[in-house]
Amino acid sequence: MIEHYLSLAVKAMFVENMALAFFLGMCSFLAVSKKVETAIGLGGAVIFVLGITCPLNQLIYKYLLAEGALSWLSADFATVDLSFLTFLSFIGTIAAMVQIVEMGLDRYAPVLYNALGVFLPLIAVNCAILGASLFMVERDYTFVEASVYGIGNGIGWLLAVVALAALREKMRYSNVPPGLRGLGITFVLTGLMAIGFMAFAGIQL
Amino acid sequence: MSAPRSGVLNKQQREALIDPLFNNNPIALQVLGICSALAVTTKMETALVMSAALTAVLIGSNVSVSLIRNYIPSSIRIVVQLTIIASLVIVTDQVLKAFLFDVSKQLSVFVGLIITNCIVMGRAEAYAMQNGPVLSFWDGLGNSLGYSLILVFVAFFRELFGSGSLLGIQLFELATEGGWYTPNGLMVLAPGAFFLIGFFIWGLRAWKPDQQEAY
Repeated sequence: MIEHYLSLAVKAMFVENMALAFFLGMCSFLAVSKKVETAIGLGGAVIFVLGITCPLNQLIYKYLLAEGALSWLSADFATVDLSFLTFLSFIGTIAAMVQIVEMGLDRYAPVLYNALGVFLPLIAVNCAILGASLFMVERDYTFVEASVYGIGNGIGWLLAVVALAALREKMRYSNVPPGLRGLGITFVLTGLMAIGFMAFAGIQL
Repeated sequence: MSAPRSGVLNKQQREALIDPLFNNNPIALQVLGICSALAVTTKMETALVMSAALTAVLIGSNVSVSLIRNYIPSSIRIVVQLTIIASLVIVTDQVLKAFLFDVSKQLSVFVGLIITNCIVMGRAEAYAMQNGPVLSFWDGLGNSLGYSLILVFVAFFRELFGSGSLLGIQLFELATEGGWYTPNGLMVLAPGAFFLIGFFIWGLRAWKPDQQEAY
């Protein structure tokens, strides 16, 4: 059992890395990877929010939205299929969770709150968060699997963004052709990193 | 670039339509909407369907946000925008499932991810909240054309060199079937898309040096 979850976590972290294999969370990935410090801050926030929203959305989907999910209320609802509301309820959950996490951190962990600063609200529109929940539905994960998958994905995203930020800090000393500077060379760098991460393909515990 | 010299559009509308193509491209300059752009470009067909879906959502959200912009309290505007966008995406998703089921299976979660596509949010927040519905319509069309331009560019090269075909029609005969072309596997995988976009940006900035960055 443990092996199964471990294998799922490694798969989520490396083999199917959100940023480098599925291109998710790219906008903030490119925007915050100028400095290592901010990259670590946002990465931490992403792990936190993914670890909460992914299992939460699993519960919502399983007990409210999927076909026949409402049968725990009464047998009359056995044929009700609300899955077309998936997008709306997932994005609502994510936005609400981000807001709650923000208020909770502000009240109980002001140091961490100040460190994350503007990045917390940005997470609500990070595609990696919604993407993880949608993949979770597509692959039919259970509650525990969804938690492991969410946290694993968050850690993978943190690794990728911190590695890219470190590379970009070093890039300042290189002589890049003018037209390729900034965004262009970042894309090429990300491509090279994606090749590196492809070496993990097929790893199973 | 050739601006359409029709009398229908005035100068401001023409700018809203043409500017996002090269001068202010959403992907190459504003760094918006890259997330979903790259994953659907292994084939021309999925790229075209994705572009059409985004165009529909972007125009719809720009016009509707612009219509009610004076009635949205600014403290809850993000939630209002998200609700409008999510509803439009649900409609688009249902239409795709009904009429183009195969393609919608291939696009998998990426239709849903239009909700968090920063282009839609970004244009609603930056343009539609300040401008009238007609201008917002042209801005939405222009930005989705700028997005589609890059999508089609990347998909063209990835499908041609990655599998030797275009829109599913075999152009190069593959070596495995007795032809001469050995497909470039890198193009089908993730890194190929990153390289192609990087080079597209390089080309664009070599042509328009004012878009270059400091380092």
